[in-house]
Amino acid sequence: MSEIFGIPMQAFMGQLMLGLVNGSFYAMLSLGLAVIFGMLNIINFAHGALYMVGAFTAWLGLTYLGVGYWQGLLLAPLCVGAFGVLIERSMLHWLYKLDHLYGLLLTFGLALVLEGLFTNIFGVSGQPYTIPDELSGAFNLGFMFLPKYRAWVIVASLGVCFATWFMIEKTRLGAYLRAATENPSLTQAFGINVPVMVTLTYGFGCALAGFAGVLAAPAIQVSPLMGSNLIIVVFAVVVIGGMGSILGSILTGIGLGVIEGLTKVFYPEASSTVVFITMAIVLMIRPAGLFGKEK
Amino acid sequence: MKQKLLVALTAVALAAFGTQVQAQAAKAKTGKLSGDMVKVGVMNDMAGLYADIGGPGSVEAAKMAVADFGGKMFGKPIEVVAADHQNKPDVGAAKAREWFDTQGVDIIVDVPTSSVAIAVAKVANEKKRVFINTGAATKALTNEECNPYTVHYAYDTYALANGTGKAIVQTGGKTWFFLTADYAFGHALESDTAAVVKASGGEVKGAVRHPLSASDFSSFLLQAQSSKAQIIGLANAGGDTINSVKAANEFGLTKNQTLAGLLMFISDVHSLGLKTAQGMMLTDAWYWDANDETRKFGRRFFEKMKRMPSFDQAGVYSATLTYLKAVEAAGTDDADAVMAVIKKTKINDVFAKNGYVRADGRMVHDMYLMQVKKPEDSKYPWDYFQLKKVIPAEEAFQPLSLSKCSMVKK
Repeated sequence: MSEIFGIPMQAFMGQLMLGLVNGSFYAMLSLGLAVIFGMLNIINFAHGALYMVGAFTAWLGLTYLGVGYWQGLLLAPLCVGAFGVLIERSMLHWLYKLDHLYGLLLTFGLALVLEGLFTNIFGVSGQPYTIPDELSGAFNLGFMFLPKYRAWVIVASLGVCFATWFMIEKTRLGAYLRAATENPSLTQAFGINVPVMVTLTYGFGCALAGFAGVLAAPAIQVSPLMGSNLIIVVFAVVVIGGMGSILGSILTGIGLGVIEGLTKVFYPEASSTVVFITMAIVLMIRPAGLFGKEK
Repeated sequence: MKQKLLVALTAVALAAFGTQVQAQAAKAKTGKLSGDMVKVGVMNDMAGLYADIGGPGSVEAAKMAVADFGGKMFGKPIEVVAADHQNKPDVGAAKAREWFDTQGVDIIVDVPTSSVAIAVAKVANEKKRVFINTGAATKALTNEECNPYTVHYAYDTYALANGTGKAIVQTGGKTWFFLTADYAFGHALESDTAAVVKASGGEVKGAVRHPLSASDFSSFLLQAQSSKAQIIGLANAGGDTINSVKAANEFGLTKNQTLAGLLMFISDVHSLGLKTAQGMMLTDAWYWDANDETRKFGRRFFEKMKRMPSFDQAGVYSATLTYLKAVEAAGTDDADAVMAVIKKTKINDVFAKNGYVRADGRMVHDMYLMQVKKPEDSKYPWDYFQLKKVIPAEEAFQPLSLSKCSMVKK
């Protein structure tokens, strides 16, 4: 069997594939953060908690209302998005004139409240969400045994990432959004309702987190802490990609997933720190991130 | 000028602190109870990945023990206080110091997470207060890190390794690969189990270390899969074990390889569901559905917490009761006098029968090898384990002759 750096080719390919799966989650979550930061200049620390709420909404729906996985995939992000709109209208809305730090503190507090609430009700060990029948089983790729569900995660998240990118960069609505980011008062002068766009953008960002949550539910245990375990890495991804850069966060998310996956083969102990080492190196060379523009 | 003021202030502060310490020491000698009350401190992970093992349930268990004792000691109140150590040794040690120095806490119980337990044991030794650990696994507490004030009550890595490891090798699981949580506990559990596996004629093919509360286990499991070992030993706990088992099922490892949960609690099995967890072997220190007495305790606990107690929570109950009985027998809450009673009294309660605390601080009692039931064999809620074997106390724990504890006379 051929080897790469002393690791069997088979194991190497397998880890590459898994890195891609994890990277898809990073990409989707950091995409939501980037969209929100780009439009609202809010560092949304509640993102991890919203991801968790998405997963729990799907689980609650399945357990108590009999809402299946596919409907959950549609409905849970809608619920989380609506919840996001509520947060924006009732709370965040008042903070735009203030320093970034206030938005960060508010969303961080929200995350703690949400996680505390769910921990109180459901405990920390989490709830099992079974993989839908259509997606259980696995593909034998020769070099590894890839569960169908994980393959679906890659397809779904790349699809969503591409659609978001396309909508923001290539459509008229996206053009309005970008204009409103660049110069809100001038855009408003052209008769575009900027506050509504801001609200919807926040809702959309939150819905993306909810969607990622539903995707994650069958793969890992649905637990109140699932977001906080992930969110710090996702923030690092956004910083490396360049704050607010859409394409940057997608590519960096996938890239870092792969780097992390490979670290798990070569030196597993460092797998939780490799992302931050990468971040430090990138920031030393390019302070605005890989795809960010210096202001 | 400023510097002089600072020096003066420091001197005043030191003097004040000195008299306070003296006053406290004087009180303990003359009065029966320091601070005119007994204070039990339950310290554990209240909201993190180990919260369902101990957490608020342990606090409830300690309160049940106080209630069963009668609620008063020599006519003075018994209070239970709780703290979250967040699985961080520095947080745990600082809290223990605060409790002993300023809050008048007499005993600390529970303290899962081995690294925190070792830190708290050091503080207990320094402050000469009792520490009965039920939650942590590392056997270092009664070996290298042993001290006169620390008791290791419920289980340890030796007992887990000896129970699960030996049983599996004997039933033909000869080759092992470890999936290990990368901190004191995981390393101890891995090395203890590896030693048992080798001594019983098995072979260890390798190990992979994962960070605590890793978000994804698939990469690690893939490495375990390619090792082709028959048995994958999960040297981790709580949420990490749950996610490892889940991913192992998803990636089809369980078709050709068997998982061995080296430290599984009933809360983990509950959370995984029997469909995923069925067939796993584990070593248990206590099970609620063992006899009428345990069932009665389990149901009482269930009334309050809406879940059955883990062996850690039952251990907290028993440890608190043992301590209170010892204070009563000694007629004082002076740690040396209480420890002397604890080390010569047999423990007979819902948790242990004829248990006793050895010179190295190890509480020795029977352990149980369990297998998780198939979904169709589970007749009622929380009916999860099938008893495979009772491991007698003398066999379950490390022999005293092998202890590295400095207090053991050779």
